[in-house]
Amino acid sequence: MTKKVVIIGGGIAGMEAASTLSRMNIDVLLIEKKQQLGGHVGEWDHLFPNFRNAREITRSLLYDLQDKHIKICTSTEITGISKKSGKFEVRTTQQQTFKADSILLSTGFDLFDARKKEEYGYGIYENVITSVDLEQKLKESNVLTMASGVIPKRIAMIHCVGSRDEKSGYFHCSKVCCITAVKQAIEVKQKLPHAEIFCFYMDLRMYGKKFEELYREAQEKWGIQFVRGRLSEAAENMDGSLQIKSEDTLSGRPLKMNVDLMVLMIGMVPSESTTFLGKMLGIHFSEDGFINHDDIHLENNLTNVPGIFTAGTVTSPMTITDTIADARSAALKIATYIS
Amino acid sequence: MTYHHFVIPFNIGVAVLFAIILVKFTIWIVKLEPVDKKLIRKNFFSIKTLEAVKESFMEGLLHRKIFMVNPVLGYMHMSLAFGWFLLIVFGNFQAQFYTRTVIHPPHYPIFFNFFVTSPDEYLFKASFEFLMDLLLLFILTGLMIAITKRFYSRIVGLKKTTRLKFFDRLALGSLWLIFPLRLFAESFTSGIHHNGNFLTGTLGDAFAKFLPVEQLALPAWWGYSIALGAFFIALPYSRYMHIPAEILLIFLRSFGVRTRRNYSSYSDIEVRSCSRCGICIDACQINKSLGMNTIQSVYFLRSIRENNVDDEKLFTCMLCGRCENVCPVGIQLSDLRVTQRTKNGVRNTSSYDFLNPPPYKIADVVYFAGCMTHLTPAIKKSMLKIFDIAGVNYYFMDSDKEACCGRPLILSGHYENAAKLIDYNKKLIKKSKAKVLVTSCPICYKTFKEDYRLDIHVMHHTEYILKLVEVGILLLEKGDSRVVYHDPCELGRGLGIYEEPRILLEKVSRLLPSDDEKENALCCGGSLAGFNLSSAQKNAIRDDALASLMKSNPDKLITSCPLCKKTFSRGTKVQVQDIAELIASSAYVPEKKKISLKPEAEPVPVLS
Repeated sequence: MTKKVVIIGGGIAGMEAASTLSRMNIDVLLIEKKQQLGGHVGEWDHLFPNFRNAREITRSLLYDLQDKHIKICTSTEITGISKKSGKFEVRTTQQQTFKADSILLSTGFDLFDARKKEEYGYGIYENVITSVDLEQKLKESNVLTMASGVIPKRIAMIHCVGSRDEKSGYFHCSKVCCITAVKQAIEVKQKLPHAEIFCFYMDLRMYGKKFEELYREAQEKWGIQFVRGRLSEAAENMDGSLQIKSEDTLSGRPLKMNVDLMVLMIGMVPSESTTFLGKMLGIHFSEDGFINHDDIHLENNLTNVPGIFTAGTVTSPMTITDTIADARSAALKIATYIS
Repeated sequence: MTYHHFVIPFNIGVAVLFAIILVKFTIWIVKLEPVDKKLIRKNFFSIKTLEAVKESFMEGLLHRKIFMVNPVLGYMHMSLAFGWFLLIVFGNFQAQFYTRTVIHPPHYPIFFNFFVTSPDEYLFKASFEFLMDLLLLFILTGLMIAITKRFYSRIVGLKKTTRLKFFDRLALGSLWLIFPLRLFAESFTSGIHHNGNFLTGTLGDAFAKFLPVEQLALPAWWGYSIALGAFFIALPYSRYMHIPAEILLIFLRSFGVRTRRNYSSYSDIEVRSCSRCGICIDACQINKSLGMNTIQSVYFLRSIRENNVDDEKLFTCMLCGRCENVCPVGIQLSDLRVTQRTKNGVRNTSSYDFLNPPPYKIADVVYFAGCMTHLTPAIKKSMLKIFDIAGVNYYFMDSDKEACCGRPLILSGHYENAAKLIDYNKKLIKKSKAKVLVTSCPICYKTFKEDYRLDIHVMHHTEYILKLVEVGILLLEKGDSRVVYHDPCELGRGLGIYEEPRILLEKVSRLLPSDDEKENALCCGGSLAGFNLSSAQKNAIRDDALASLMKSNPDKLITSCPLCKKTFSRGTKVQVQDIAELIASSAYVPEKKKISLKPEAEPVPVLS
């Protein structure tokens, strides 16, 4: 009898784990609450560090899902999971019940709600947008404008919004925002060659392959300016432009400037689905709200509940590269567990 | 017979007690600030003295406020204080009726039953004897609660009772002995003469059957006298000094004396008036939510008395005022903590030279948003919208966030620095020639009211918006969202603004009740004053407050403080709004009014 794995969450982690398991002749049921697979990557336009089209990733992962071992349920949410003599029983909003030998949680992350950082004025000032809004704009249109339709002359990219921020309640680094800001700054500069672009950062964490190179290119080739300082607040001027206040901590002086558009690099926070399912299953969370690993080095796909595994950003923010690797490793751990 | 040697300890005790109290009171009064002395001179011969007498009776003897918080504890305090008081008063009457003279030695009525054993009749003899036994029983029941409380503090609702020093133990021990010894002394004597009432008589006759009461009576009277003497001598150096101190406090407070920004002689009287009842411990959210029970006001006041105030006690407190709200003695606990912060804080040498007065504007209303409001721009935007809808000629004084109101500096103990900011802001307010100052932040509001001494109206936006609505300049559309209102500490307990926001909310939404509201509102945990609390601790306090507010499942949580808004919005999915936002979204101006609002018309804010 073939073993069966239920994967909850059809983002790139869930998709990659599903195809890897199927290649090992394991039956997989992939459950996704949205209509489409692909998760947050599906909403993205181009990817760092090489400006590759994000659709290439999702398309490739989707292609690999065409296998007799894989069954996919979209627009489906989990209502309950119970464990009986080593087997899981998963109930869904479609009134279905599935039996499983193992469960993989790949429910991903949520985006930080920028309205919680009210001093930056998201949702209050019309020319404050998030990195996700910017990506949508870049995807949908060839020009980038202010809310009034005017071409912005000065744009500020604000790093660490909802990350490394004790007051927002999130201490952790979201890992992808620094390089995303660099990538988006270059893209904006390409569209608006006359615009001045400022990145306000705490530190620049250019740890990945080709990240540092891209950061250098942003400065040398595109003239993007990096200011080390955390934004304290923004106020709206009569014309809808924004006055921002910060401290340039390299020169040690307070800084006040007017910008036409402000982009908030919002971080990754633990997803509500993960919290909901984790609590239902009795899974341990670490203080940052993501799922905890007892052994962070050697067993980083395992949870405290035998038979339940994790892949991707349910445990901490990750890049696409890391998520794919994590999903493959999870598939291997599951295969070992159920045999 | 009116004298026996055993009365000596009692008489010494009384003499020492009165002498020490006299000296202490004199020192306290002499040391009062000149402004306070002036208040006493001004109000001494006024109705205020009578009010103080009444309050002394209600609080010092009946302990009305303790009763309201905790009936068992109230009964305990009342039976001891009021019972003893009546015992002395009626004891004196009894002696006067018996001797038919007004003057007699002070010990005579106290030991009346020792001196008077003859069956001579006098006016109301039976009533007096019954009453004196009844009062003794009354006191003894209270004493039983007190003893139980000492060992099992939970019975009276306290989670943790207070710790004792040597003189406290001496006073407490002798206090516990006084009334049982009186009971025994009177019972033994009545056992000899068979003349006691329902309590001492019954007991005395019973004792006489198996005890040598004739030998025991005199030692019991000695014991009673020694216990009294010991208690009186220990009293001024023990916690029981709170009894005379509280009476003095009540009088001074009635005359208008207060603890201000610096620790004064009056503050000292307040500190000594603490009865160590421990009610503040239960009210404290740092105790309830964090399980920390070392920093509460009762311990803080003790550290002032013992001169070992530490940073933990000083800076962990959020100054939410919940303890002050329940304090039966009415001590200004928050202000006292601020005076100690000022005294013990690190000196701040910041210069404020960077402050350049911005261009000011002549206007009817000065609007001061406050730093926190600048960090919650939805509130600021809503207020500006309301001013515009109402056609108010206003001057947005801190539009560029020039200077802080000064309160955060005051709360951290830097009054001198705050004074510089206050001075700067005051000049701007004066220059604008405005008649009203409106602020969106209760923290600023409190300092504008208390430290600025402005001769114009200072209003929080809840009050101001309500005024605009009342005079018909602002019309509100009734919505159907179900809202719960959170009283900010500084606006509610700090300045007593409870009704204005509720009247407004009734007009625009469906206001739901909550468990802890008005005076009993919980602090959001975001307080600027709780310097020692970590984010996790503040979040725990916030989450407990949210749990209480969310019981009725509201659509929105409304508050009227930018800091409360900011704090709560991080802890819940439910929408958190300032009252100004809700009003701005439901406000409109009647067409007719729009036309009549000419620039030269009456200033818009009509004041009471």
